[in-house]
Order: sequence, then structure tokens, then C-alpha cells
Amino acid sequence: MKIIVCIKQVPVRDSQLRVDASGRWIQEGDLSFEINEPDAYALEEALQLKEKHGGEVVALCAGPARASQTIREALAKGADRAVHIEDESVSNWDTLGLAKLLAKAAAAEKPDLILTGLQSDDLGAGQTGVVMAELMGAPHATIIMAVEVTGNGIRVKRELEDGWFQNVEMPLPAILTIQSGINKLRYATLMGIKKAKTKEIKKVTPGDLGVAAAATAVIERVYLPQKGKQTQLLEGTAKEAAAKLVEKLRFEVRVI
Amino acid sequence: MSGTILVVMEQRNGAWNRMSFETLAAAQQLAADLGGTAVAAVPGGSVGALANELTSKKLDKVYAVEHALLAQYTPDGFTAAIEGLIRQVNPSYVLFPHTYQVRDFAPKLATRFNQVLISDVVGFRVEGGSPVFVRQLFQGKLNADVKAGGSAPYFASIQAGAFRAEQVQEGSSAVESFAPALDAGAIRTKPLEPFRESARAVDLTAAEIIVSVGRGIKEKDNIPVVEELAKALGAELAASRPICDSGWLPMERQVGSSGQTVSPKVYLAVGISGAIQHLVGMKGSKTIVAINKDANAPIFEVADYGIVGDLFEVVPALIEEVRKVRGA
Repeated sequence: MKIIVCIKQVPVRDSQLRVDASGRWIQEGDLSFEINEPDAYALEEALQLKEKHGGEVVALCAGPARASQTIREALAKGADRAVHIEDESVSNWDTLGLAKLLAKAAAAEKPDLILTGLQSDDLGAGQTGVVMAELMGAPHATIIMAVEVTGNGIRVKRELEDGWFQNVEMPLPAILTIQSGINKLRYATLMGIKKAKTKEIKKVTPGDLGVAAAATAVIERVYLPQKGKQTQLLEGTAKEAAAKLVEKLRFEVRVI
Repeated sequence: MSGTILVVMEQRNGAWNRMSFETLAAAQQLAADLGGTAVAAVPGGSVGALANELTSKKLDKVYAVEHALLAQYTPDGFTAAIEGLIRQVNPSYVLFPHTYQVRDFAPKLATRFNQVLISDVVGFRVEGGSPVFVRQLFQGKLNADVKAGGSAPYFASIQAGAFRAEQVQEGSSAVESFAPALDAGAIRTKPLEPFRESARAVDLTAAEIIVSVGRGIKEKDNIPVVEELAKALGAELAASRPICDSGWLPMERQVGSSGQTVSPKVYLAVGISGAIQHLVGMKGSKTIVAINKDANAPIFEVADYGIVGDLFEVVPALIEEVRKVRGA
């Protein structure tokens, strides 16, 4: 089974974000980056499927040069090789343009299965996998919590709202978007890190793939959200703040 | 009909998804702001009764989009059916509630029109005759103003709680039946019956006070810190999704879009940054208290009381203060 995993590099979770001079994106200069968390679960699922059924895992990433760090980490965890669509502006592409890039590169590999995270921690559009499915003419399912290979395709467990689930069957090739928590993430071993250095990272550009940015959803401005509520901040040392909170809970909220 | 706003309502087995009415309110507002009209679509196997309910709303028309192949949701079936309706009605904007089902097919539908779904929209304003949509980035840490490019129809999904169902305007309209051309052979996925993992042993919805813990707790061994606080307050213990994913607390204690929706008297969020998936499950709480080290965490946008600080200092101090009062 040949599996492609689409991974994205995003700022680390605890990053202090500042709007850049253009007002349309964040200052990236002083940030650290990591693999988008749901994509890490998609990679793990691909590696486990390969361990069970054999085959190959190819990591596919569209991103600037810095994304090669995240690609190396995926190779260290066990991906066999990688394709890096390298472009410095690609982080500003909208979902349609990005999905076109990924779909074009993925189609060239003729995979049986494509996995990606259900959404990215930065843009959070949650659509890349579904748009790729449409572009590639493949069936898909989203927010997946289990993948089982059957005689003539796959059976997946899809998460619905309010604690409900649903199993869905479909033929291959197919595209799945993976929910965080589907499996337990592995760490890269020393051996894995060593091996990763010799694994192939094929570099292509949007030009090579014949894809241009789509500009169907254009970010005009990014900014700190306005508070919906007036929050009373309780200040002082931990002890002082705790004492103030207990007073509020006693005399204003009246639950203690 | 240019200037038409199409709202796609969601139902399952004859019961509305309530978010549909929030989106209907958004569609009516967008229609008013753009000087257009709103129409609604109700896709399903048999939706006559539900479509009739909408005839008392301020809508130009209600489309009952019925087909046996729509009785069970599939992305192929719903995409083809709504695509057909859009090609007939020719709306300028198509709005959806941002549900799990919409996330599954609306991006595919938008792609057919060489468009992208502007997803999880929390508001909009009209500037120079076209809407600027507001959506969240970076798990709610930042907002973005987004404009649709390319040619209509444009697609957007509306976040839970962004508009109020009570604001839906009354009026009168008629139901028109739309029979989509669907082919069973073109539906590639086979959905089986929805199920629940197990009966819920923990009913968080009955709790008066909830102490809820998030990533800020750092590791499993620190869970007793918040357990003790819950005990001191006589509260139920809950958690955000990552805590349950990691197995630090059972799934049945999860609050958020994939877990339980709660509205206790007091919701005390400890080390929870407040991603939207969590907020939709608790923002109806009467009083929200947040303890977080990041003053910019989105949880403070919904909190009534906040303490910016290290939970490992604040929580033990809080336990002590609560015990003092309770003991007195």
C-alpha cells in the first residue's frame, strides 16, 4: 500500500504572535516551527498502516525552505521519502491553490491512500484534504478516528458531533483527514534520525507543477480579536489573586 | 438571481441541527446588507415537514431538495444535489452552518465552482457592496478579515454561536420542490449506522460547578492538582480534547464540539487556551473563570474573571482559600 501523508509546518503552539508590517500576516522571523499536530497523527497512522500491510509512506509538504526541518523529522520517524514543494510565498496561498499544488504532486505518485490532518493550527480552514479529493476525483472522509483495510477498500470510523461516530466504507484510492488522538505518536529513534539523512527529498516548485495561486479567499488584515466580554482580571500574587477569586465566587456568583 | 443568498439548512432524521437557524439569521442579515433576498434549501430523503416550517420565515423561497439517495448523508450525494440547486438558483452567496457534515462536503462543493469555502466565519460587514468575512486564525489567537475573490457564487460557513437563532425574521414564503439528478453509482462511500461508544457514565451537563483542565497541566502526573481543586469546590472535573486524547482523563469528561456541551453556574478553565472547538462546548456557562499564563489566550475573551499566572502556583493557593471558607 502506497500512502502519501500531507504535512504542514506551522508556528509552535505557545508562540507569541505579532502582526507584521503589511498587517496581513504574522511576523515569522522570531518564531519556531513544528509539524501541524493533526498531520503528526496522520503520519503516525500511515506508518502503522505500512507496518501492518507493507508498502511505502511518502511525506508531501508545500512550504518555504524552513519546512525541510519538519520533513526531515517525518523521515526520521519512518517515512520512506519525501516531496517538498518549495516556495517562499506558499504560506500565503489560499486553500484552493495549496490543494491544487498538493493534488498535482500527489497524483504523480499514484498512491492508494492519502492522509492529512483534519485542519491546520495556523489557518484552520480544515479543507485541504476534501478539496484534494475533489481535484483528484477520489472518495474521501473527514475527522477519522480509525482506519481498517478490508478486502476491497477501507472502513473508517468518522467522528460526528456530541460523542457520536459512524463507520464509512469506500474503495481505494481515497483521501482521509485524520483527527488528533487517533493513535499514540512515536518519537524518532537515534537510528531513525541517522537514516533520515540518507533518505530522498525530491524538490519541486509550483512552476514545475504548473499551478498558480488561486486568490479565492484573500486575507485583507489580521488583528487581535476584540473581547466579547469585559473580563475582570484578578491581580496580585497567586495567593492574593486566589483570595480575590474566592471572594467573587462567594459574594457575587454565590456558589461557595 | 444575483443578489440571492442561499442558506443550506441541516437536518438529520427529521430533526433540525439548531445551528441552521443561526445561519439563517446570518443569511437574512447578509441579504438585507446587500439589498438582496434570502432563500433556503433543506436537503434530505423526505423533508416536506421541515421545509414547511420555514414558510413562516422571511425568505423568498424554500427549496425542498429531496431524493432517496439523500436519506443518508454522503459527500458525493450532497455535493451533487446542492451543486444542481446552485446551478438553477444562481445565488451570489451560499451559507452553511459550520457543522462536521458541512466540513465534510462544502469544500468539495466550492471546488466545483473554482471557489474556496470561507469557513468558520464569526461575523461579516459589507464594504463597497461586498462582504468582508471575519474568521479566526491560530486557534482563535488572531482574527482575519477575508474577502472572496474570483467570480460568484461565493461560499461561507458560519461558526456556532456567531449569530442568534432568535434573530431569525418572520415572514412568509412557499416551498418549491427540487429533485436533484443523482446516480447511485456515483456515490462512492457507504455510510453505516451512527453509534455511540458507550453509555455516558458522567453527565457533566448536570454539574453546578465544573473545573476543566487543558494542555497547561503539562503532564498526567499533574492531574491530581486540579482533581483536588474540583473536590474542594464540590465540582465535576472536565477537560479539553488534548487531555482526553492523551488518555490523562477519560473521553467522557471532554467538553467541546466533539464532547459534551455544558452550561454550569461556574466553569473554571485551568490551563485551557480556548480553541473554538472547546469554547462552543462551554461558552453558555453563567460564569466563566480562566486561569492561564498567556494573557492573550482566547479563553480570556469569554471569561468573566481571569487570573493571568502559573496554574501550579494559583491552583494550590485557590484550594487553600476555598478550604478556609468551606471550613469556616
